[in-house]
Amino acid sequence: MANEGRLRLKTLVMVCAMVVCANAGDLMLKRAMLQIGAVELSAAGLEHAFRMTVTSGTLWVGIFFLCGFMLSYMTVLSWADYSYVMPAGAFGYALLTFFAVVFLHESVSPRRWVGVVLICVGVLLVGQTKPRTTPVAREALA
Amino acid sequence: MMHVGLFLSFLIFGSTGGEIAITRGMKATGEPERLRPKELLRFLGKALSNGWFWAGVPLMALSFYALLVLLSWEPISFVIPASALSYVVGTIGAKYVLGEEVSAARWVGVVLVCAGVALVALG
Repeated sequence: MANEGRLRLKTLVMVCAMVVCANAGDLMLKRAMLQIGAVELSAAGLEHAFRMTVTSGTLWVGIFFLCGFMLSYMTVLSWADYSYVMPAGAFGYALLTFFAVVFLHESVSPRRWVGVVLICVGVLLVGQTKPRTTPVAREALA
Repeated sequence: MMHVGLFLSFLIFGSTGGEIAITRGMKATGEPERLRPKELLRFLGKALSNGWFWAGVPLMALSFYALLVLLSWEPISFVIPASALSYVVGTIGAKYVLGEEVSAARWVGVVLVCAGVALVALG
Protein backbone atom coordinates (compact mmCIF):
# COMPACT_ATOMS: atom_id res chain seq x y z
CA MET A 1 0.00 0.00 0.00
CA ALA A 2 2.90 2.34 0.89
CA ASN A 3 4.60 1.33 -2.37
CA GLU A 4 1.42 2.11 -4.32
CA GLY A 5 1.26 5.57 -2.69
CA ARG A 6 4.94 6.22 -3.41
CA LEU A 7 4.45 5.12 -7.03
CA ARG A 8 1.49 7.50 -7.45
CA LEU A 9 3.38 10.40 -5.82
CA LYS A 10 6.53 10.10 -7.93
CA THR A 11 4.40 9.63 -11.07
CA LEU A 12 2.49 12.83 -10.20
CA VAL A 13 5.76 14.78 -9.67
CA MET A 14 7.18 13.66 -13.02
CA VAL A 15 3.89 14.33 -14.87
CA CYS A 16 3.89 17.90 -13.43
CA ALA A 17 7.49 18.39 -14.67
CA MET A 18 6.40 17.07 -18.09
CA VAL A 19 3.41 19.43 -18.26
CA VAL A 20 5.42 22.57 -17.36
CA CYS A 21 8.26 21.80 -19.80
CA ALA A 22 5.96 20.71 -22.66
CA ASN A 23 3.78 23.83 -22.44
CA ALA A 24 6.74 26.21 -22.24
CA GLY A 25 8.40 24.39 -25.16
CA ASP A 26 5.28 24.43 -27.38
CA LEU A 27 4.72 28.15 -26.78
CA MET A 28 8.34 28.89 -27.75
CA LEU A 29 8.04 26.75 -30.91
CA LYS A 30 4.87 28.54 -32.02
CA ARG A 31 6.56 31.90 -31.40
CA ALA A 32 9.64 30.83 -33.41
CA MET A 33 7.55 29.55 -36.35
CA LEU A 34 5.57 32.81 -36.42
CA GLN A 35 8.88 34.67 -36.70
CA ILE A 36 10.11 32.32 -39.47
CA GLY A 37 6.90 32.31 -41.52
CA ALA A 38 5.16 29.65 -43.64
CA VAL A 39 7.37 26.78 -44.85
CA GLU A 40 7.37 26.24 -48.63
CA LEU A 41 7.27 22.59 -49.77
CA SER A 42 10.16 22.75 -52.23
CA ALA A 43 13.85 21.85 -51.92
CA ALA A 44 14.82 25.51 -51.65
CA GLY A 45 11.94 26.26 -49.26
CA LEU A 46 12.80 23.36 -46.95
CA GLU A 47 16.49 24.29 -47.00
CA HIS A 48 15.61 27.90 -46.14
CA ALA A 49 13.28 26.73 -43.34
CA PHE A 50 16.00 24.43 -41.97
CA ARG A 51 18.56 27.27 -41.91
CA MET A 52 16.07 29.62 -40.25
CA THR A 53 15.04 27.08 -37.60
CA VAL A 54 18.59 26.08 -36.56
CA THR A 55 19.59 29.75 -36.17
CA SER A 56 16.46 30.81 -34.25
CA GLY A 57 17.22 31.52 -30.57
CA THR A 58 13.54 31.24 -29.63
CA LEU A 59 13.39 27.79 -31.19
CA TRP A 60 16.45 26.67 -29.16
CA VAL A 61 14.81 27.88 -25.94
CA GLY A 62 11.78 25.81 -26.95
CA ILE A 63 14.03 22.81 -27.63
CA PHE A 64 15.68 23.25 -24.19
CA PHE A 65 12.27 22.97 -22.51
CA LEU A 66 11.33 20.04 -24.75
CA CYS A 67 14.57 18.27 -23.65
CA GLY A 68 13.40 18.74 -20.04
CA PHE A 69 10.05 17.29 -21.08
CA MET A 70 11.77 14.35 -22.79
CA LEU A 71 13.91 13.53 -19.73
CA SER A 72 10.94 13.60 -17.35
CA TYR A 73 8.84 11.64 -19.88
CA MET A 74 11.53 8.94 -20.31
CA THR A 75 11.95 8.67 -16.55
CA VAL A 76 8.25 8.28 -15.78
CA LEU A 77 7.82 5.75 -18.62
CA SER A 78 10.48 3.55 -17.00
CA TRP A 79 7.95 2.65 -14.29
CA ALA A 80 4.47 3.80 -15.37
CA ASP A 81 2.15 2.72 -18.22
CA TYR A 82 2.23 4.72 -21.46
CA SER A 83 -1.59 4.66 -21.51
CA TYR A 84 -1.55 6.24 -18.01
CA VAL A 85 1.12 8.92 -18.55
CA MET A 86 -0.04 10.10 -22.00
CA PRO A 87 -3.58 11.26 -21.05
CA ALA A 88 -2.39 12.54 -17.65
CA GLY A 89 -0.01 14.87 -19.50
CA ALA A 90 -3.03 16.51 -21.20
CA PHE A 91 -3.76 18.22 -17.88
CA GLY A 92 -1.43 20.94 -19.23
CA TYR A 93 -4.16 22.17 -21.60
CA ALA A 94 -6.49 22.71 -18.66
CA LEU A 95 -3.72 24.38 -16.63
CA LEU A 96 -2.88 26.77 -19.50
CA THR A 97 -6.54 27.87 -19.65
CA PHE A 98 -6.58 28.58 -15.90
CA PHE A 99 -3.32 30.57 -16.22
CA ALA A 100 -4.73 32.53 -19.19
CA VAL A 101 -7.74 33.57 -17.09
CA VAL A 102 -5.93 34.25 -13.80
CA PHE A 103 -2.70 35.89 -15.02
CA LEU A 104 -3.52 37.23 -18.49
CA HIS A 105 -7.20 38.06 -17.73
CA GLU A 106 -8.20 36.46 -21.04
CA SER A 107 -11.86 35.69 -21.62
CA VAL A 108 -12.52 31.99 -22.18
CA SER A 109 -15.43 30.73 -24.26
CA PRO A 110 -17.97 28.26 -22.80
CA ARG A 111 -16.76 25.68 -25.35
CA ARG A 112 -13.22 25.91 -23.98
CA TRP A 113 -14.51 25.58 -20.38
CA VAL A 114 -16.39 22.42 -21.42
CA GLY A 115 -13.11 21.13 -22.86
CA VAL A 116 -11.27 21.92 -19.61
CA VAL A 117 -13.93 20.06 -17.59
CA LEU A 118 -13.73 17.04 -19.94
CA ILE A 119 -9.91 16.96 -19.62
CA CYS A 120 -10.06 17.22 -15.81
CA VAL A 121 -12.68 14.45 -15.55
CA GLY A 122 -10.71 12.31 -18.05
CA VAL A 123 -7.43 12.80 -16.16
CA LEU A 124 -9.17 12.04 -12.84
CA LEU A 125 -10.61 8.83 -14.32
CA VAL A 126 -7.22 7.73 -15.70
CA GLY A 127 -5.63 8.75 -12.37
CA GLN A 128 -7.90 6.29 -10.52
CA THR A 129 -6.46 3.36 -12.48
CA LYS A 130 -3.22 1.57 -11.59
CA PRO A 131 -0.20 3.55 -12.87
CA ARG A 132 1.59 0.29 -13.71
CA THR A 133 0.06 -2.87 -15.20
CA THR A 134 3.19 -4.39 -16.78
CA PRO A 135 6.36 -5.75 -15.12
CA VAL A 136 9.32 -3.38 -14.89
CA ALA A 137 13.05 -4.03 -14.43
CA ARG A 138 14.86 -2.44 -11.47
CA GLU A 139 17.75 -0.39 -12.79
CA ALA A 140 19.97 -1.08 -9.79
CA LEU A 141 19.65 -4.83 -10.29
CA ALA A 142 19.93 -4.80 -14.09
CA MET B 1 -5.53 19.81 -48.17
CA MET B 2 -3.97 16.43 -49.03
CA HIS B 3 -0.63 17.75 -47.79
CA VAL B 4 -2.23 18.66 -44.46
CA GLY B 5 -3.72 15.15 -44.11
CA LEU B 6 -0.39 13.54 -44.97
CA PHE B 7 1.57 15.62 -42.45
CA LEU B 8 -1.14 15.09 -39.84
CA SER B 9 -0.73 11.31 -40.24
CA PHE B 10 3.08 11.76 -39.93
CA LEU B 11 2.42 13.74 -36.73
CA ILE B 12 -0.01 11.21 -35.18
CA PHE B 13 1.63 7.92 -36.21
CA GLY B 14 5.16 9.28 -35.84
CA SER B 15 4.55 10.48 -32.28
CA THR B 16 2.63 7.43 -31.07
CA GLY B 17 4.98 4.96 -32.83
CA GLY B 18 8.00 6.79 -31.42
CA GLU B 19 6.57 6.99 -27.91
CA ILE B 20 5.64 3.30 -27.92
CA ALA B 21 9.18 2.35 -29.02
CA ILE B 22 10.67 4.63 -26.35
CA THR B 23 8.33 3.20 -23.68
CA ARG B 24 9.52 -0.30 -24.59
CA GLY B 25 13.12 0.90 -24.29
CA MET B 26 12.46 2.56 -20.92
CA LYS B 27 10.77 -0.54 -19.53
CA ALA B 28 13.82 -2.59 -20.58
CA THR B 29 16.13 0.03 -19.01
CA GLY B 30 14.32 -0.18 -15.68
CA GLU B 31 13.40 2.60 -13.28
CA PRO B 32 16.13 4.57 -11.47
CA GLU B 33 16.49 3.75 -7.75
CA ARG B 34 16.38 7.45 -6.80
CA LEU B 35 15.60 10.68 -8.66
CA ARG B 36 19.02 12.24 -8.02
CA PRO B 37 21.15 13.89 -10.74
CA LYS B 38 23.92 11.25 -10.63
CA GLU B 39 21.48 8.36 -10.86
CA LEU B 40 19.40 10.13 -13.51
CA LEU B 41 22.56 10.57 -15.63
CA ARG B 42 23.42 6.88 -15.25
CA PHE B 43 19.81 6.03 -16.13
CA LEU B 44 19.98 8.30 -19.18
CA GLY B 45 23.24 6.66 -20.32
CA LYS B 46 21.68 3.21 -20.03
CA ALA B 47 18.54 4.34 -21.86
CA LEU B 48 20.63 5.80 -24.68
CA SER B 49 22.30 2.44 -25.26
CA ASN B 50 18.92 0.73 -25.81
CA GLY B 51 17.97 -0.08 -29.42
CA TRP B 52 14.25 0.59 -28.88
CA PHE B 53 15.08 4.14 -27.81
CA TRP B 54 16.92 4.74 -31.10
CA ALA B 55 14.05 3.18 -33.05
CA GLY B 56 11.75 5.75 -31.48
CA VAL B 57 13.94 8.82 -32.08
CA PRO B 58 13.56 9.06 -35.90
CA LEU B 59 9.79 8.59 -35.56
CA MET B 60 9.64 11.36 -32.95
CA ALA B 61 11.83 13.56 -35.18
CA LEU B 62 9.46 12.94 -38.12
CA SER B 63 6.51 13.87 -35.92
CA PHE B 64 8.31 17.00 -34.62
CA TYR B 65 9.08 18.21 -38.14
CA ALA B 66 5.50 17.48 -39.24
CA LEU B 67 4.30 19.59 -36.27
CA LEU B 68 6.55 22.51 -37.27
CA VAL B 69 5.36 22.36 -40.90
CA LEU B 70 1.68 22.11 -39.85
CA LEU B 71 2.08 25.05 -37.45
CA SER B 72 3.49 27.12 -40.29
CA TRP B 73 0.48 26.28 -42.53
CA GLU B 74 -2.46 26.06 -40.17
CA PRO B 75 -3.62 27.82 -36.98
CA ILE B 76 -2.72 26.08 -33.71
CA SER B 77 -6.50 25.85 -33.08
CA PHE B 78 -6.66 23.33 -35.94
CA VAL B 79 -3.35 21.49 -35.41
CA ILE B 80 -3.75 20.64 -31.72
CA PRO B 81 -7.39 19.38 -31.84
CA ALA B 82 -6.57 17.24 -34.89
CA SER B 83 -3.47 15.81 -33.21
CA ALA B 84 -5.57 14.90 -30.13
CA LEU B 85 -6.47 11.72 -32.04
CA SER B 86 -3.02 10.48 -30.98
CA TYR B 87 -4.47 9.82 -27.47
CA VAL B 88 -6.76 7.17 -28.93
CA VAL B 89 -4.15 5.77 -31.37
CA GLY B 90 -1.58 5.69 -28.54
CA THR B 91 -3.93 3.82 -26.18
CA ILE B 92 -4.64 1.21 -28.87
CA GLY B 93 -0.86 0.83 -29.32
CA ALA B 94 -0.32 0.57 -25.54
CA LYS B 95 -2.85 -2.25 -25.33
CA TYR B 96 -1.83 -4.28 -28.39
CA VAL B 97 1.89 -3.52 -28.72
CA LEU B 98 2.97 -2.95 -25.11
CA GLY B 99 0.47 -5.35 -23.54
CA GLU B 100 -0.83 -2.82 -21.00
CA GLU B 101 -4.15 -3.48 -19.28
CA VAL B 102 -6.48 -0.72 -20.45
CA SER B 103 -9.50 -0.83 -18.16
CA ALA B 104 -12.90 0.61 -19.09
CA ALA B 105 -12.24 3.59 -16.78
CA ARG B 106 -8.96 4.32 -18.54
CA TRP B 107 -10.63 4.10 -21.97
CA VAL B 108 -13.41 6.51 -20.92
CA GLY B 109 -10.75 8.85 -19.47
CA VAL B 110 -8.72 8.78 -22.70
CA VAL B 111 -11.78 9.53 -24.87
CA LEU B 112 -12.82 12.42 -22.56
CA VAL B 113 -9.27 13.83 -22.66
CA CYS B 114 -9.22 13.53 -26.47
CA ALA B 115 -12.55 15.37 -26.80
CA GLY B 116 -11.51 17.92 -24.16
CA VAL B 117 -8.22 18.74 -25.89
CA ALA B 118 -10.07 19.20 -29.19
CA LEU B 119 -12.63 21.58 -27.57
CA VAL B 120 -9.98 23.60 -25.69
CA ALA B 121 -7.91 24.07 -28.83
CA LEU B 122 -10.97 25.07 -30.89
CA GLY B 123 -11.46 27.88 -28.35
